[in-house]
Amino acid sequence: MSSVNSAHSVVEPGAMSKRIAASIVIAYAVITMIPLVWIFMTSFKSPPDSISYPPKIMFQPTLEGYCNLFTTRTRQTSEYIASLGTPTSTCDETTRSRNMVIAGPSNYWPRFKNSLLIAFGSTFLAVSLGTLAAYGFSRFRVPLADDLLFFILSTRMMPPIAVAIPIYLMYRQLGLSDTALGMILLYTAVNVSLAVWLLKGFIDEIPREYEEAAMIDGYTRMQAFFKVVLPQATTGIAATAIFCLIFAWNEYAFAVLLTSGEAQTAPPFIPTIIGEGGQDWPAVAAATTIFLVPILVFTILLRKQLLRGITFGAVRK
Amino acid sequence: MQTIKQALLGATSALVLFMAPSLAKADELTLCWAAWDPANALVELSKDFTAKSGTQMKFEFVPWPNFADRILNELNSGGKLCDLLIGDSQWIGGSAENGYYVKLNDFFDKEGIKMSDFADAAVNAYSTWPKGTPNYWALPAMGDANAWFYRKDWFAKPEIQAEFKQKHGRDLAPPKTWDELKEVAEFFNGREIDGKKVYGAAIFTERASEGITMGASSALYSYGFKYENTPGKYDMEGAVNSPDAVAGLEAYKELYKCCTPPGYTDAYMSESLDAFKSGQVAMAMNWFAFFPGLYKDEKVGGDKIGFFVNPKEKVAASTLGGQGISVVSNTDNMKGALAYIKWFAQPDVQKKWWSLGGYSVHKAVLTDPSFPESQPFAADFLVAMNQVQDFWQEPSYAILLQAMQKRLHDYVVADKGTAKEALDGLVKDWTEVFKDDGKLN
Amino acid sequence: MPKFRKETQVTSVTDTSSSILGKAAQATPAPLASRIRGISDRTMAWLFITPAIVLLLAINIFPLIWAVYLSFTNYRANRPNAPLENVGLSNYSRVLSDPNIWQAMQTTAHFVFWTIFLQTLIGFSLAYLIDRKFRGHAFWTTVILVPMMLSPAVVGNFWRFLYQPQIGLFNYIVSFLTGIPPSSFEMLGSVQLSPWAIIIVDTWMWTPYVMLICLAGLRSIPDYIYEAAEVDRASLWRQFWSITLPMALPFIMLAVLFRGIENFKMFDMVTLLTGGGPGSTTEVASITLKREAFESWRTGRASAFAIILFVAVFGLANIYVKALNKVKQR
Repeated sequence: MSSVNSAHSVVEPGAMSKRIAASIVIAYAVITMIPLVWIFMTSFKSPPDSISYPPKIMFQPTLEGYCNLFTTRTRQTSEYIASLGTPTSTCDETTRSRNMVIAGPSNYWPRFKNSLLIAFGSTFLAVSLGTLAAYGFSRFRVPLADDLLFFILSTRMMPPIAVAIPIYLMYRQLGLSDTALGMILLYTAVNVSLAVWLLKGFIDEIPREYEEAAMIDGYTRMQAFFKVVLPQATTGIAATAIFCLIFAWNEYAFAVLLTSGEAQTAPPFIPTIIGEGGQDWPAVAAATTIFLVPILVFTILLRKQLLRGITFGAVRK
Repeated sequence: MQTIKQALLGATSALVLFMAPSLAKADELTLCWAAWDPANALVELSKDFTAKSGTQMKFEFVPWPNFADRILNELNSGGKLCDLLIGDSQWIGGSAENGYYVKLNDFFDKEGIKMSDFADAAVNAYSTWPKGTPNYWALPAMGDANAWFYRKDWFAKPEIQAEFKQKHGRDLAPPKTWDELKEVAEFFNGREIDGKKVYGAAIFTERASEGITMGASSALYSYGFKYENTPGKYDMEGAVNSPDAVAGLEAYKELYKCCTPPGYTDAYMSESLDAFKSGQVAMAMNWFAFFPGLYKDEKVGGDKIGFFVNPKEKVAASTLGGQGISVVSNTDNMKGALAYIKWFAQPDVQKKWWSLGGYSVHKAVLTDPSFPESQPFAADFLVAMNQVQDFWQEPSYAILLQAMQKRLHDYVVADKGTAKEALDGLVKDWTEVFKDDGKLN
Repeated sequence: MPKFRKETQVTSVTDTSSSILGKAAQATPAPLASRIRGISDRTMAWLFITPAIVLLLAINIFPLIWAVYLSFTNYRANRPNAPLENVGLSNYSRVLSDPNIWQAMQTTAHFVFWTIFLQTLIGFSLAYLIDRKFRGHAFWTTVILVPMMLSPAVVGNFWRFLYQPQIGLFNYIVSFLTGIPPSSFEMLGSVQLSPWAIIIVDTWMWTPYVMLICLAGLRSIPDYIYEAAEVDRASLWRQFWSITLPMALPFIMLAVLFRGIENFKMFDMVTLLTGGGPGSTTEVASITLKREAFESWRTGRASAFAIILFVAVFGLANIYVKALNKVKQR
């Protein structure tokens, strides 16, 4: 286990080489952010601004994209609109200025809620089951442990479409198609392999003597696990959780094949947001922005654990 | 262990409860269709049904490129998303054979709904399986065909007219043949109009679902392409790859190469609309379904737009679109779904449907003397519906369609091989499919 | 690896004072501890492991076996009522003799090779530069990491917009830098450029991942080796080739393995960017598989293809891991 964060005093590089390194890295970082900044900017453009040629860098910001994202609209005659009375909200006003009226809410919010439920539900389950199993593998003599572990990991090598074929048939039989429960179970199963593998490493690092001592003190194995091991493993659990969450939050292939409406998550939904005619890019950008925010917040809050998880996984293999 | 078990049990049961499929309410119906202009008209129309019956209508509209994929997936997985489905004509075969749709004959008899009240071509295409037999799996809901529209205001500019006449020795007018179509498209392509560079035509080139097949078949049918030499015999050699078919496909590619705007390599309905609405093209192909909306468009509608039927070359032909409305067998609200169909089949409702922008194929609407004048494209619609040809409606249609998508896109867009090779390859692919299905030896 | 195989000799079991947690060195062997509680280790172990294993069996293994079974039949998921026939190996032979599938494999190989090549090159260079530890390097590292956290589908969809010839930012920037008119080339629509369009997006997303692993590798090199090299007056160039690169190599190889497996499975980003087009230019194996399984609904044949893919990844990964272990041992 190496740690990215710990200082290590290489023969200190010279100031010049540092400056060059800094400028290249910063340049790369800035370039890599351009598409994301563009998504953010597009979400505040009006539809005509978003598809103007050449692309507009300066524009009058508007919330139209966000309005369009959360509503469905129908085109009406201007006489009809004039007869409606005063608009009740900014969105109402923007919509009417395009000769349309708001017909109702769009499906984005239900899909976003599905994403929240499925991603957090499966992460919780995967980490719970993963911690238990990792502890089991770490502390007990399990027959064929190595084979089992390798096998568990190898299930992640299957292309998702290949996994989806039999799952599709199975869920059809069980009535789990297009249900959040089905998606949670599936994501949990996919994530549990990674969770076991990562967490076993973290738990291996906790000296077994701690809980043994606790047990001699009169704790049961369960109590020792909860009161001694779990607190020690929080970093590892957080790192694992964020990995599981990123996977479940971003997953597309299973979602597009196994859900059609009720349990559909945001990733398969966002590309299908269309306005009149083609894709409504400001609305798509707004949906993308809203969708990216939770994962960005998590990443920034838990970046230390995340870094540790990635490098940790690398070293352990 | 107990605690853990309890915790897990608690968590799981909480999830199960949270997710328990919301019990379908008897007074609610979900209708699935594609997300496009007519769907909005249907929402409007259905308000009358809700007012009359008290049944709440929910709608699930899927954009065209994902429509077939997602709804067929839904049907195959036995989902309960849709009570009513306005599904594509090609789905009838598979859905009937697998029992995904409710057979409507008894219901029609009981309620006195007569299929003879609807246009024959539409009934045959949207309702029957096996084809041509009086076994009905849907009520024709929306007639449609592929056709064209053009910038009337550009065509009318005196300097453009003069230049065209001088160049081609005839008046600039909406093309009547594919040769003329290409001539006009070439004429406009690259021209500066109102200070903007414009292109000849927007056509379908979409790869993933059905776009390029629907677009290219408009050329293929006109040039004399046939699926079989003898209908029902699956003898495709010499029909699918006949010299006429090859010429048709070459014409489509030439049109694509010379006259489409940059970036239209994967374009379907919405891209064609975008190109036209943004003033990039002189002509564009699309389904009749969009014409009411185009005619109403603030920027390019009204006086600025004109419509024409798919030009003929050897044969007068149009590519069929359109759908029938079916009841999904899996529905929990069979009564409500049938009540909707009964309501929808009434002549008054059908008339309102047309006035809102839906294409009714009820004879009460089509044979009304005022119909051809009711919209600038209404007369064209009648012409087109009388000359429609449709893709295979076989239960294996998806495999057949995929093969055609690949062969056509490879040839037209990706520049692979010749038209003859593409169509020869198609015969080979299709033969294999029919062999698998036991329809060929 | 279970540690208790090297059991520590018990020195004292009598010290049960409250400070015991601090005296971790005084170990108790596991069997003793469990004997105290009266549940055998084996039972205990299974209690912990079973839930995860059951889930994996139900949702990974059972379906896999089912897929193997289906691959020998003519089953089609959209015709549940059709008679099921055993067709032996014919699905496999048809998949393996299908030129489209070989083309898809070739496309996948091209994609995997170039993404790995670029990501390793850029990722390692970045890691090397970040390891210079300039001021603020931690902050910029976090910034660089952002793309890999995002959904490939959602972001891929947006890249389709960036690649639009007339209105897209990408073409505009290229045109700004080179003077080529932006509408003169089509990243997604041209046979020559579209394979590179998907490689660019993948590289943008996943270079940070490779960079992180490389960084871990660079930081695992002990300082004294460099110090010794300094003493020997080895040039920086020499130090790089004889110390930095060889010692970081296992990490680089690991990054290559992870990215290789991931990109072999690639589906979401490419589907949303090009859908496999134009023609079949960017149709990677997963897209072909999806078309076969969920559009054509030839479930049996698709299962055979899926098994072939799985065996291929699994086999290649295993060979690679063997090579990796050899490098590590050096």
